[in-house]
Amino acid sequence: MTARIGVVTFPGSLDDRDSRRAIRLAGAEPVALWHKDKDLQQVDAVVLCGGFSYGDYLRAGAIARFSPVMDTVIEQAKAGLPVLGICNGFQILTEAHLLPGGMLGNDHLHFICRDQKLRVENADTAWTGDYTAGQEISIPLKNMDGRYVADRRTLDELEAEGRVAFRYVTDGEAADGYGNPNGSLNDIAGITNAAGNVVGLMPHPEHAVEPLIGTGRTDGLPFFTSILKKLVSA
Amino acid sequence: MSRTPLDTVEHAAETPDVELPWAELGLKKDEYERVVEILGRRPTGAELAMYSVMWSEHCSYKSSKVHLRQFGEKAPESDAMLVGIGENAGVVDVGQGYAVTFKVESHNHPSYVEPYQGAATGVGGIVRDIIAMGARPVAVVDPLRFGAADHPDTKRVLPGVVAGIGGYGNCLGLPNIGGEVVFDACYQGNPLVNAGAIGVMRHEDIHLAKASGPGNKVILYGARTGGDGIGGASILASETFDDAKPSKRPAVQVGDPFQEKLLIECTLEAFREKLVVGIQDLGAAGLSCATSELASNGSGGMRVTLDDVPLRDSTLSPEEILMSESQERMCAVVEPEKVDRFLEICEKWDVIATVIGEVTDGDRLEIYWHGGKIVDVDPRTVAHDGPVYERPYARPDWQDALQADDAGKLPRPATSEELKDQVLKLVGSPNQASKQWITQQYDHFVQGNTVLAQPEDSGMIRVDEETGLGVAIATDGNGRYAKLDPYTGAQLALAEAYRNVATTGATPLAVSDCLNFGSPEDPAVMWQFAEAVRGLADGCLQLGTPVTGGNVSLYNQTGEAAIHPTPVVAVLGVIDDVARRTPVAFREEGQLIYLLGDTREEFGGSAWSQVVHDHLGGLPPAVDLERERLLGEILISASRDGMIDSAHDLSDGGLVQAVVESALLGGKGARLVVPDGLDAFTFLFSESAGRAVVAVPRSEELRFTDMCGVRGLPATRIGVVDGDTVELQGEFALTLEELRETHEATIPALLA
Repeated sequence: MTARIGVVTFPGSLDDRDSRRAIRLAGAEPVALWHKDKDLQQVDAVVLCGGFSYGDYLRAGAIARFSPVMDTVIEQAKAGLPVLGICNGFQILTEAHLLPGGMLGNDHLHFICRDQKLRVENADTAWTGDYTAGQEISIPLKNMDGRYVADRRTLDELEAEGRVAFRYVTDGEAADGYGNPNGSLNDIAGITNAAGNVVGLMPHPEHAVEPLIGTGRTDGLPFFTSILKKLVSA
Repeated sequence: MSRTPLDTVEHAAETPDVELPWAELGLKKDEYERVVEILGRRPTGAELAMYSVMWSEHCSYKSSKVHLRQFGEKAPESDAMLVGIGENAGVVDVGQGYAVTFKVESHNHPSYVEPYQGAATGVGGIVRDIIAMGARPVAVVDPLRFGAADHPDTKRVLPGVVAGIGGYGNCLGLPNIGGEVVFDACYQGNPLVNAGAIGVMRHEDIHLAKASGPGNKVILYGARTGGDGIGGASILASETFDDAKPSKRPAVQVGDPFQEKLLIECTLEAFREKLVVGIQDLGAAGLSCATSELASNGSGGMRVTLDDVPLRDSTLSPEEILMSESQERMCAVVEPEKVDRFLEICEKWDVIATVIGEVTDGDRLEIYWHGGKIVDVDPRTVAHDGPVYERPYARPDWQDALQADDAGKLPRPATSEELKDQVLKLVGSPNQASKQWITQQYDHFVQGNTVLAQPEDSGMIRVDEETGLGVAIATDGNGRYAKLDPYTGAQLALAEAYRNVATTGATPLAVSDCLNFGSPEDPAVMWQFAEAVRGLADGCLQLGTPVTGGNVSLYNQTGEAAIHPTPVVAVLGVIDDVARRTPVAFREEGQLIYLLGDTREEFGGSAWSQVVHDHLGGLPPAVDLERERLLGEILISASRDGMIDSAHDLSDGGLVQAVVESALLGGKGARLVVPDGLDAFTFLFSESAGRAVVAVPRSEELRFTDMCGVRGLPATRIGVVDGDTVELQGEFALTLEELRETHEATIPALLA
């Protein structure tokens, strides 16, 4: 048996096809979900992918959070449905208050697209089981508003509870993908909720799943194999 | 709101003596008289608006047409060509049932006036051309040219242009995989912002811009029509900038990439359900262009009710609605029984769609406003029968002196130390420095099919996930070469783009071009244009790569000073399996570095002459297109059979530039030896065409050199991939760290 993983398409979603491909390559069945449709078609997990939902002319993710599909995603995520938010998806998850904090414009004020070094800080979430804690991975980053911020108390809480899932690795050459690319507090690249079923990050694991494509690395594939294993063994 | 009296066709016929502002709209006196002759009466205001904008240089190609015909007359036999010049974009067969459409266009003038929006809407326009052919856009490329890198205005124009391209393209979800960034004082005040796009479709999905079938409905969909860009085509694109005239800022359009993304998805869904008979995007000249082109390419006429056009600004006059260049709009011709389904799909994507007219069985384009007929023309006279000028052209009298000023006589480095200093100066000069600060503002990864992106020699996109079929594209142009000799310069641009495609392992198939020149009213500029077109057409015939379409941008000059003639050439190639692609980076220590081709003392127009001596003179490198073809065949065979692990084309900056780039990208050094018969300086800096460097695994050396020997391509072993320096034996060694610092610091220091 396999798992069915939904990928939501909002108007302005860009990486929906890529996310479905990554799910397929991991061995799961991708299911296309539509923003106007409250019905999640009984999927076992949901990916909110990258892009500029509704143009993101207001604040990234601010409108998508109010779409009909999100009503169901929010409700079911609170009941344990695994949800992964990538880039715009992460922004939507913070707007929906499924994850704390928010994203501001990059500190250098430019869009940045590069291969980025991350450290896996938490390998116990629904989406990170196939990594080991402390592992360094390299996956593409591409965004305009990627600077993670939260108030001090929230940051302390995230750190204390081990909920920083991914951190930008800063001790290396920028040319090799090291460094904090946007001024994120505590070098945070991704976080998880307390239950470990909702994970959001700015870099794009779905762009690092085939040896020939993009950066030529497959460091992003374990996101999708992790959730598949979790769902199939459950 | 209506004005009294409405200038209807009837009113025009009754009031023959009314003076119309034809000169303000950019028409010449004889052109206006020709309009009157065609109509047999004075035009209405709306008709005048249409003729003036469609007969502008930008839309009618009136100065360039007589020369551009050569691309058709000299077109090589090619089985690959499915749709040629004249449509929104050319279409090429790439095998396995796939077709690829691609095109390059200019958005030069608007990008100088308003860099962000000018560049952004340039991307938007070329992408709509691709959608209009029935294809899903899969990548964009951006060949850019700016004034001197350290000029204060470059710091205004370049960051705006780059942010605009990124802001629009990134939001559309199109990977940006190639292009160029060139600095030269000649582009001060006239930056060149060219934009290219590629789209992929199945053969059966090709769509054309024609309105046939009386009774079929004309549907306008996408953004509402506003007052932006009114007269942009005729005013902005066809006149030089002149300080004495009022600001033209409001004439630049404003883009909304989100709307365009919806337009892409909604159009492709309508194509999938076979709902569309004909389609045209709205770009320059807006509705004037879309209606007259659709109608003149079809079998019948067309009737349009302008009152039905959704407006952003209800005070717009009918003339303004016809001329508006509001972005993100398209026009489809749909059979009546399919209209409901078409509108449903638009609604699904929240795209406004309105039936504004229908195809008629007559041969007139009729447009109504408030019940009155304000346009009644033969659409062919608007779209295709514009004026054609045989502009006088003459070889400028300074050309001989320029060519006599031989760069070979410039002082050369006398010591090893000088040689080393000049290498560093070259790789750190703005034109040769890393453009990463710019390209990392573009998304390369979206869609998950990017095999190669800049700084590789060509961008490469996977077309089929199962078979690995892919396409490659490279754009090149060297205004310095073309200034020295426009015929050869155009062929060198073609040769370089062809070579860049072959270097990555793809087989060159077809060409698109963007021809950027000064004022056609200057006989010297017109000569440059005529020579460049002749060179490109001859070259394409010889290489067997037809021109599928392109774009001409004239009047790139301020006062008397024209830009360097800058033909930018895009070559599209196909590769059976992207797994066989060849990247630029050195991959493994111990591999042997071979130089392919002949190196001569050729320094005219070279990067070395510019960087070290600020010199432009002499002759550009000689072109041998048969040699280019042979080099291409060898590179493609070597890639297919796994004989080489990396390859890099040699062009501006010569061998040393290429080796430094391969070394830095791979993080592996190189030990080089000057081959017999060459001096170190010529070896490093010559820009002889028809050359590449390749890294050959030792196990493949014999097979590779045998292949080159049998086919008669000079292949010289010049060194080995090794260590963490780039070393020229007996001369100098530079660490990768020092090279990287020099190569990568320049652009951020100037622009960040």
